[in-house]
Amino acid sequence: MIHYIIRRFLYAIPLLMGVNILTFVLFFIVNSPDDMARMQLGQKYVTGQAISNWKHQHGYDLPLLWNDTEKGEKKITRTIFYQKSAGLFMFRFGVSDSGRNIGADIQERMWPSLAIALPTLCVGLMVDISFALLMALFRGSYLERAGIVLCVILMSISSLFYIIGGQFFIAKLLRLVPISGYDDDMAAIKFLILPVLIGVISGVGSGVRWYRTLFLEEVEKDYVRTARAKGLSETQTLFRHVLRNALIPVLTGVVVILPLLFMGSLIMESFFSIPGLGSYTIDAINSQDFAIVRAMVFLGSVLYVLGLLLTDISYTLVDPRVRLS
Amino acid sequence: MAVLWTDALIYILIIVVAGLAIYMRGKEHIKRPLQKILRSKTGMASLVVLLFFVLIGLLDSVHFKPANNKNSEIISLLDYWATPLREHGEKTYSAPFATTLYSKEIMTLADGTLQWGYPRLKFGGGYLDDPDTQHVPDVLKKAGYGFAQGASLFGFFILCYLGVRRKPQGEKRQAFGLTRSSKSVLAVVAFLIVTTSYTLIYLSSYYHVLGTDKVGEDVFYQTVKSIRTGLVLGTLTTLIMLPMAIVFGILAGFFRGWVDDLIQYIYTTLNSIPGVLLIAASILMVQVYMANHEQQFTSVIMRADMRLLFLCLILGVTNWTGLCRLLRAETLKLREMEYVQAAQALGVKKSMILLRHILPNVMHIVLISVVLDFSSLVLAEAVLSYINIGVDPTTYSWGNMINGARLEMAREPIVWWSLSAAFVFMFALVLAANLFADTVQDAFDPRRSSD
Repeated sequence: MIHYIIRRFLYAIPLLMGVNILTFVLFFIVNSPDDMARMQLGQKYVTGQAISNWKHQHGYDLPLLWNDTEKGEKKITRTIFYQKSAGLFMFRFGVSDSGRNIGADIQERMWPSLAIALPTLCVGLMVDISFALLMALFRGSYLERAGIVLCVILMSISSLFYIIGGQFFIAKLLRLVPISGYDDDMAAIKFLILPVLIGVISGVGSGVRWYRTLFLEEVEKDYVRTARAKGLSETQTLFRHVLRNALIPVLTGVVVILPLLFMGSLIMESFFSIPGLGSYTIDAINSQDFAIVRAMVFLGSVLYVLGLLLTDISYTLVDPRVRLS
Repeated sequence: MAVLWTDALIYILIIVVAGLAIYMRGKEHIKRPLQKILRSKTGMASLVVLLFFVLIGLLDSVHFKPANNKNSEIISLLDYWATPLREHGEKTYSAPFATTLYSKEIMTLADGTLQWGYPRLKFGGGYLDDPDTQHVPDVLKKAGYGFAQGASLFGFFILCYLGVRRKPQGEKRQAFGLTRSSKSVLAVVAFLIVTTSYTLIYLSSYYHVLGTDKVGEDVFYQTVKSIRTGLVLGTLTTLIMLPMAIVFGILAGFFRGWVDDLIQYIYTTLNSIPGVLLIAASILMVQVYMANHEQQFTSVIMRADMRLLFLCLILGVTNWTGLCRLLRAETLKLREMEYVQAAQALGVKKSMILLRHILPNVMHIVLISVVLDFSSLVLAEAVLSYINIGVDPTTYSWGNMINGARLEMAREPIVWWSLSAAFVFMFALVLAANLFADTVQDAFDPRRSSD
């Protein structure tokens, strides 16, 4: 087990290096730091002096990969690649283009993101699975047919409309909850109800359909027929046999996104003005703060790779058929 | 005639689809699922809706430079026909079918006195003498005319169709697979589409049927123009991602070993970057490039078109990994099949095995995933435009419409028509695509073919 985990862990390193090189190429080779400086300073009438000032101020005035003017190990360390990209491996996110410490910002802002994403995931999972179970129980009936149609309709509505509609009807017309905002501690709950509710509803269509196919695949299997043959009722087979076996793919599907919950949801957080990592990213995109976008890309991939690792481990834990090799 | 980059790619796409259709014509294993689609009522209804959208998109993809034009911008065939709509701009917001502006203003009356009230629109019902009494009857009368004309147009089509069918090939037509019930569904849907669109078009030359937006532009025109953007994103992205996904997926599954390792490494790396962030990073870079190379993008339309193309490209790069993984798994399974092993034993070249034996047998997966991806891409466009990493702000798209209308939700009374128009059109397109995808999946997925 330990060997397996270590091997999977080592496999993550080349992946992250790939991500790092990709972002480096995207941010520094496709457009040179000069281009970025010109973009940030405004298009026209930019003097060379202003550009080099900006580059020096933000630490972009170094060679890309190899610094000939320095000595010894500094030939490598005094470069943009080492300063801006390699540091990400040690989670040194550096300073944003507007001069704030990115690492501190991330630490502070990941908790509001989690406060929305975690309840949305849990409630959504419960709602999706219960509806999918109901549809599996009534399979072949008009009730199931109506459920499928409803799912397709729910799937066809853009998540933007769920948010706008929810804000308009629940918050503005009925005045049940505040339209947007956030607060510390327990006072945050009243701000969280609406985003969580909308998050759950907008995911119901595709979620229920997906879990329904999982359950139906399981229902066809031989052991279910055996269970029925020995006299169990339909609900008993569904809960005691089908649900337990179908939970394996459900669980592994959830584990892979668990770490990514920290990243938050871009549109949700910006619509409800919640100071999480999602709105942080959007602000960075809108103000074209490349340092933050770079850091978020790397953080996102670290969390995804972590999710993959957790998935592999959880597979071996819940499914005894999977052997480590 | 002027050809934009996306236009050219759309033409290529049409040629590819036509070529595929000719190649697959008459193949027995294709015919059976096709007939299943033809028999399905929802499938045919959604197909008609999709084809209608595609027709509008195609009309909007034929660009030319009008002869008598001062500002030398190229326009499309759709723009040409909608010239009155383009030129009938108002001052600012007005509600659907309204005859007055939406907000009160100080007006100068004929006798020189000032009055605080709703000014009349220039074009929306501008010919009415007394809007208070004539307005509603006029709208109803015009709608009735439009409906009658649309219905007679539809009747004309039906007569043409019946005329064609009377010919001796009547027997062969029946073998095409349309059953009686799916034919009646087809007729109903086509009737609804023809009459509704004709009524709307007829009315839109007298009123702003979906109102006007902040700068007084007709919302109906905006929504119809947005159709092309949605379709381009949904289809060109697949055109871009398919070659990558198919080649890499099949090679990885067939050759295994280091080829497999390398390809798996590439797609896991790409996959591990959250999609939105990769798109955001790429679009930011494109923006920087465009800002620094302004001389290459002379006209606004070309600029917007380039950005649309880049967006398709980037979405293609972020989206091919899922299909690639599916194809790899399927190829791994197929290469152990008896017929592939027999081909190997007979000494057939590897490239030949890939082309003749593997590729045709994974095509159903490709087809299903293309149809499934389409709707999610149309939905993604709206979200991306909202975060400002979607299409150019000057491009007509549902995302941009929603983005503009969202800020007006705080107004009292609210401006609801832009949002509703975008919602209805987008919902119709995505719902039709989803329903059609379901039918295609039912027909082509061997695991689902229970009957």
